[in-house]
Amino acid sequence: MADKPRILTDEMIAEIKAFFPRYPSKQAVTLPALHIVNEKLRYVPLRAVVEIAHLLELHPSQVQDTLTFYGYFKQDAPAGRCRLWVCRSISCALRGGDELLDHLSHSLGVKPGETTADGRITLEYAECLGACEHAPCVLANEKLIPSVSHHEADELVQTVK
Amino acid sequence: MSEFKPVLLASVGKPESHTRKVYEQSGGYQALRKVLKTLSPKDVQEQTKASGLRGRGGAGFPTGLKWTFLPKDHPGPIYFCLNADESEPGTFNNRILMEDDPHQVLEGLIISCFATNSAVAYFYMRCEYPLAYKRICQAVAECYEAGYLGKNILGSGYSLEIHVHRGAGAYICGEETGLIESLEGKRAWPRIKPPFPAVEGAFRKPTVVNNVETVACVKHIFDRGVDWFKSIGIPPDPNNPRDAGSYGPKLYCLSGHINKPGCYEAPLGITVTELIEEFGGGVWKGRKAKAAIPGGISMGLLKENEFHCKLDFNGPGKFGCLGLGTAAVVVMDETVRMVDFLLNSCRFFSHESCGQCTPCREGTSWATKMMTRIKHGKGRLKDLDLLLEIAENIGIMPGTTICGLADGAAWPLKNCIKKFRNELEVYIKSTNPSGWMETAAVPALQLLDIH
Repeated sequence: MADKPRILTDEMIAEIKAFFPRYPSKQAVTLPALHIVNEKLRYVPLRAVVEIAHLLELHPSQVQDTLTFYGYFKQDAPAGRCRLWVCRSISCALRGGDELLDHLSHSLGVKPGETTADGRITLEYAECLGACEHAPCVLANEKLIPSVSHHEADELVQTVK
Repeated sequence: MSEFKPVLLASVGKPESHTRKVYEQSGGYQALRKVLKTLSPKDVQEQTKASGLRGRGGAGFPTGLKWTFLPKDHPGPIYFCLNADESEPGTFNNRILMEDDPHQVLEGLIISCFATNSAVAYFYMRCEYPLAYKRICQAVAECYEAGYLGKNILGSGYSLEIHVHRGAGAYICGEETGLIESLEGKRAWPRIKPPFPAVEGAFRKPTVVNNVETVACVKHIFDRGVDWFKSIGIPPDPNNPRDAGSYGPKLYCLSGHINKPGCYEAPLGITVTELIEEFGGGVWKGRKAKAAIPGGISMGLLKENEFHCKLDFNGPGKFGCLGLGTAAVVVMDETVRMVDFLLNSCRFFSHESCGQCTPCREGTSWATKMMTRIKHGKGRLKDLDLLLEIAENIGIMPGTTICGLADGAAWPLKNCIKKFRNELEVYIKSTNPSGWMETAAVPALQLLDIH
């Protein structure tokens, strides 16, 4: 362990430590720390879990337990440059959400949860994205795309570099 | 009805409505000034209690009463958690408030924290709301600049810090003790109550958890007064001693097969028909409605001939639904097959069950497996009884689970099988002509990944 280079950069560590004064326990910084690492690396590898645990004075299994509970953090491999969340809950499903997900799955050649071979896009299904007035909707990284037709979905995929 | 003007949504859609400048121009932070200058925390609690405000997050618990459960003269700290996890399918009112009028939410939050003697508030927001997150973080920074947050707010001696905390994609974090566990950095497994959060909550300290729309209402109660708030809505049903009344304005989220889906504000007690016709512009494509979800998917189902149901805290229950929930109405037109609705509902709850209580974890996932089998033409009439058996045995009401997620999973099953049993039977018989009458055990089809 000691001779391998650290995964967390000084910048990430500083960002994580900046959260400490906000909470009465260091364990409460688990989700913020996972978000910081996941945002920078596009996943949280096991070695990062160990390093986060060290920072938060926890056992690695405590951080890993939390990480695996939530659907948001990738662990096996980095997510694509664009993480494309397609909503499949009821309001979107009534307006073609499931079909949209199938369409994207076929055109990208990946199943939900997988990343295209060129590393551009990770396709994901989402439970209610809370944008039901725009059904069927898609969250592309930080951008909510309202009322997406199959054609618009194809165009969106093209714009991802 | 005609003289009702939106209050919570008054600024939504106006240019720069998310900035402090625009908010202050329309009288923003005057309620906070008034509260800090003239009232004690106890006064704020009492007036909120007198207003009849009930929580907007789903359970409808009286807000002022919840605050009074905090221990008296506690040395502190007392924590305030703002529940911005939303996530109930069909619901997006909190997102609209946070994106387009974040200062309204913060003003209500600051007043609520003052009322509960909280010096630290955690704004727990689901991570699927990037714009709301940005707007709330900006608005919090603007509040520190203006002295609405931080030490000695507006010279009152009261100090408050607000920290925005992001979730990571789990529906169960909307359950208040699940939220607290998640905030503490753990998996969001709801806690056994008692102790209730007011006695032992976040970091083992007294804690209040309130919804975004609830604190937005608090702001208006102190802007316009208790009498104004009580003049809107529906008084308690004299025949129901447990009804605390449904006062105030409410945000209704309308989606599904509707011409104008959106978030609309109306007095509590509007009917489903009024909502669809007056706000939603009718059912889309000139079709007829078949059914509607009254308040988020966990509340169950109303049939088209039940659309005169009043959407107050007491209304949907009269039609066999679980309650008002989040007041998110999802309309389904006549082309919708109930087998598809039910599979969608079961899939959602099996995906979101946290796995802590066996009846919920197993019940929701077996319901999904059975619905998948039915959908794919391998259903048996017996399955409907098995599904009902699951529905009747999972949840807080039968007393088999820690939180209400399983009740939410059960209600669509119960309502749908009761109200549309004939349709489901016809579907099963027509898609499985040779096997619908079988009753022997069958293996589940591996057609759908549960997780």
